[in-house]
Amino acid sequence: MLSFTADEMMTVAAARALRDGMTCFVGIGLPGAAANLARATHAPGLVLIYESGTIGSKPGQVPPSIGDGILAETADSVVSVPEIFNYWLQPGRIDVGFLGAAQIDRYGNINTTVIGSSYDEPAVRLPGAGGAPEIAAACGQVVVVLRQSRRSFAGHLDFVTSVGFGTGAGARQRLGLAGGGPGLVITDLGILQPDPDTCELVLTGIYGGVSVGRVRESTGWDLRVSASLSEVAPPSQAELAALRALRAGTPPPAAGDAAVRSPAPSTVPPAVMAAGEGAHHD
Amino acid sequence: MLPWNGKEDGSHVAEIVTLAEAIAATVRDGDSVAMEGFTHLIPHAAGHEVIRQRRRDLTLIRMTPDIIYDQLIGAGCARKLIFSWAGNPGVGSLHRFRDAVEHAWPHPIELEEHSHAGMANRFQAGASGLPFAILRGYRGTSLPAHTAGVADITCPFTGETLTAVSALRPDVAVIHAQRADRRGNVQFWGISGVQKEAVLASARSVVTVEEIVDSLDPHPGAVVLPSWTVGYVAAVPGGAHPSYALGYSARDNDFYFSWDAISRDRQAFAAWLDEHVYGQHAASAADRAAGAC
Repeated sequence: MLSFTADEMMTVAAARALRDGMTCFVGIGLPGAAANLARATHAPGLVLIYESGTIGSKPGQVPPSIGDGILAETADSVVSVPEIFNYWLQPGRIDVGFLGAAQIDRYGNINTTVIGSSYDEPAVRLPGAGGAPEIAAACGQVVVVLRQSRRSFAGHLDFVTSVGFGTGAGARQRLGLAGGGPGLVITDLGILQPDPDTCELVLTGIYGGVSVGRVRESTGWDLRVSASLSEVAPPSQAELAALRALRAGTPPPAAGDAAVRSPAPSTVPPAVMAAGEGAHHD
Repeated sequence: MLPWNGKEDGSHVAEIVTLAEAIAATVRDGDSVAMEGFTHLIPHAAGHEVIRQRRRDLTLIRMTPDIIYDQLIGAGCARKLIFSWAGNPGVGSLHRFRDAVEHAWPHPIELEEHSHAGMANRFQAGASGLPFAILRGYRGTSLPAHTAGVADITCPFTGETLTAVSALRPDVAVIHAQRADRRGNVQFWGISGVQKEAVLASARSVVTVEEIVDSLDPHPGAVVLPSWTVGYVAAVPGGAHPSYALGYSARDNDFYFSWDAISRDRQAFAAWLDEHVYGQHAASAADRAAGAC
């Protein structure tokens, strides 16, 4: 039995959502690790795009910031920050956007701005929006990665920094948000996806050793559970080895290693197949 | 009037001066100041000089406040912050920023927050001589309810509702670049952020550089700001540290991690400021790349 951390399970689950040849807008932290893991394993042709303006970066490690020199030096192209947002993100050229969050609600809306009822005198001041509102608006699909608790999975958001499915079905169209919205929410307990009709997040995948009761207790609303709930495959040896090599800044296992290159066993539907209103671009 | 030359006397050439002279000539109490650089080429040494010259009531503008504005805020230089993401990249919170917002220490700070796309477009509008920029953004978020300068706008051709954001026209832009030549033409490459837009949008400008050379050799992907768009140039090797200048230095990630503990505690921060900012001269900034700050 392999031993691995909750962060490693989340990172591997997020990496599996990416497919070879996709374009992916990569955020800081765990999303960066997941995107680079996908490139190192089953998606060598994944195009990594960073908000610092680097397109097609191939860092071979997980840099701590989204603006490290290696991202520029290994990129196909480096553009200015106005250009990355206006020419590349805004028109819908990017397939998948990765977002973290401090809080998320049942419709996948995200808060990364303030905790507390007063904006002017917040209990906790968070970093703010960054690129997230437009990533959430414009990417073909969004994958959200965060730890699950009653606090982070909130019945009510104090601030909507980035829109998921707004108030529910049809809200994205009414707001004119062209992208598909959050197709996957990956936590340290399992995986949620939007209901195709209501857009409410539903538990569709659960990690080994985690009970449905525990997931529901860690959710600030009455969480729905999919009738076809399945257990998510744990990280494979190849996935773990590649992830740890990336984190250590050492070269990942040899590219010719068949075990590494073969698609990861997964019960997680790919992000592009995720249900929800936003899966349709009309 | 468009700020063509980054100086107020109308002279059409950048002046090459010391860092202390450049800041003294440009940054005044109450000014709006954009010290830009997106992770790369952050003008830290210039920020320290602003702290040393004890400027007050500044409106600090920057997409990612980063450690540089955490220091300026903690040192009491800022009245207002215009920004889009205030964190320590890959590490966590900016504790001096949070202390100012959550506990009004060392004094209250006014916030004007946007998204990255909004800020980038605001700089671009300023550089373009336009009063506002248009983007697809902000819709459905709580940002417009708390941020002035964001409004719906109807496309006159299609009737589509889009978002307008007001232009940024800072009093001063401060950036760091790899090189300038002796006439004050400035060249930088790698991740270039919004520095070009910030300089062209601002009334005055300061550019610190790794080196001043006889002539600027072409470099792939380089941005060149002609001398007549720049106010003052100062040679400050290592002036981006703990940020970096591609081709000259590497990002000091260890310092970004260590900043968490330094900045978390008011006394530790004050001691750090005494030793590494007030206790230094602008001229000693050249030693920074090798040192602990």
